[in-house]
Amino acid sequence: MSELAKLERRRRAIYGWLLLSPAAILLSLFAFYPSIATLWESMFSRGTRRHPAAFIGGENYNDLFADPTFWIVVKNNLFYAGITVPLSMFIALSMALWANSKIPAKGFVRTAYFTPTVLPMIAAANLWLFFYTPGLGVLDQIGALFGLPSVNWLGQPETALWAIIIVTVWKESGFFMIFYLAALQTIPVDLREASDLEGASRWTYTRRIVLPMLMPMTLFIGVNAMINSVKLIDHLFILTKGGPSDASKLILYYIWEQAFAFFDSPHAAALTMLVLLVLGVVAAIQFFYIDRRTHYQ
Amino acid sequence: MSRFTKSFDTIGAVALAIVWIAPLVFAVWAAVHTTSDAVNFRLTSPWTLDNFRTAWDGAPWGKYFLNTFILVTIVLIGQFIVTTLAGYAFAQVQFPGKDFAFLLVLLQLFILPEVLIVENYAMVSRLGLFDSILGVGMPYMASAFGIFLMRQAFKSVPIELDEAARIEGCSRLGILLKVYVPLAKPTYLAYALVSVSTHWNNFLWPLIVTNSPDTRPLTVGLSIFGAPENGVDISIISAATVMSVAPLLIAFLIFQRQFVQAFLRAGIK
Repeated sequence: MSELAKLERRRRAIYGWLLLSPAAILLSLFAFYPSIATLWESMFSRGTRRHPAAFIGGENYNDLFADPTFWIVVKNNLFYAGITVPLSMFIALSMALWANSKIPAKGFVRTAYFTPTVLPMIAAANLWLFFYTPGLGVLDQIGALFGLPSVNWLGQPETALWAIIIVTVWKESGFFMIFYLAALQTIPVDLREASDLEGASRWTYTRRIVLPMLMPMTLFIGVNAMINSVKLIDHLFILTKGGPSDASKLILYYIWEQAFAFFDSPHAAALTMLVLLVLGVVAAIQFFYIDRRTHYQ
Repeated sequence: MSRFTKSFDTIGAVALAIVWIAPLVFAVWAAVHTTSDAVNFRLTSPWTLDNFRTAWDGAPWGKYFLNTFILVTIVLIGQFIVTTLAGYAFAQVQFPGKDFAFLLVLLQLFILPEVLIVENYAMVSRLGLFDSILGVGMPYMASAFGIFLMRQAFKSVPIELDEAARIEGCSRLGILLKVYVPLAKPTYLAYALVSVSTHWNNFLWPLIVTNSPDTRPLTVGLSIFGAPENGVDISIISAATVMSVAPLLIAFLIFQRQFVQAFLRAGIK
């Protein structure tokens, strides 16, 4: 009997790992090995034909910290996250509250909000190019109606990053809206009726009941918005290419530039490690709050 | 709700909706007008399809469409196979090291493929897949997120069905294909919609891995076509943009409910 049980257990183990093997191989090739290789490469110098890559420890990291562009990029990305995360969440919440209320044209409103989600970032950038182009662009034409001068939104350091931010917010708010919408629909109707009976104002109801009930979803969306502030950079390629003078350059674009425009993969690897570190912190935040989030499941 | 707040809400909601849809509407409008009519907002000017013709002749769009289509298809097939097998293993098979393996899979949720572009590029080159559609798709096939999704779906299948099929003499793989997969159909549909729209729209990784019109997907083709150094004017860029987003956009407008449900299901897990 125990022989048989042992055999059965072994068979199950083989079966389990067999099922897992395609995923295990692919994940090793494209996630685990590259992560370790990135760490490894970040500690070597850039190899040339004369000087093969040599171990230099934290030298690449020191170079980065001494590089003013690195700090500009970090500052830009923090600013980018600092504006896009709260702003897109706030707009998403407003959209959800409206799309959930009893108004006419609700179908149109929902579709309009959500549509940017299904467009590629590259296409979104092309659409917005039409708004930002100096002189001919929609924004300038609207400005001209009010007698405002033409502005080169993408071409000047003060506005370039803002132009990028607006496209990101436009792209992701509708996506976050559907999560708020789903959460709103789980709030029991009796709470609304009870607060109406008590004569609570709409503002009180929103602040005291709706917002606290939405808290777990807000955390979840917040984590996703933070990840997006690292990930969403495609529009830079069309709109500004990180310029002018690095004013709109973000970290992932900088990694791309280091690796594929300047062919400096050791510094790109060091940058990648720093981003992975930040993502790790975000992951920790999410795991820390994960049980609170189960509220909706 | 009083009538006042209701009309206030309606105005706010509709105004925001108009602002939100405006960039797309302008692009469509510009695409069907001559450049000078478009930038001067001559609302009554005649429509034209010349921009589409010019755009279509300016780049191998047919090839780009085909590449994107092949890309999303092989990614989806790869994902279905890999995540079905792994999801089933995690949901219904007891084996040593399972919890640890699952933890590793969850870890990948935070190691974004986008961030590992440098080493993934080296890996794809090493495998001889540089400038191939398979090279673009392969890093996404073992999606941790998909494995997680499938595991959840298979876990909710009642074990009685599994046992009944076994008594009927169904093989293990047969049970997976005939019992679990059909019951998880909604999850597959949701996952397919999210996967197709993600990879239809993906840009950075295909930009790095592809190097010729034979492999380039639409997004990369569009970015090259619209590059300022090519000096293409706004109406033609708009036509090209509208053209390349049209299939997904039309699919979305028709199957809107399914799309939204899919993104929700995929997001909340």
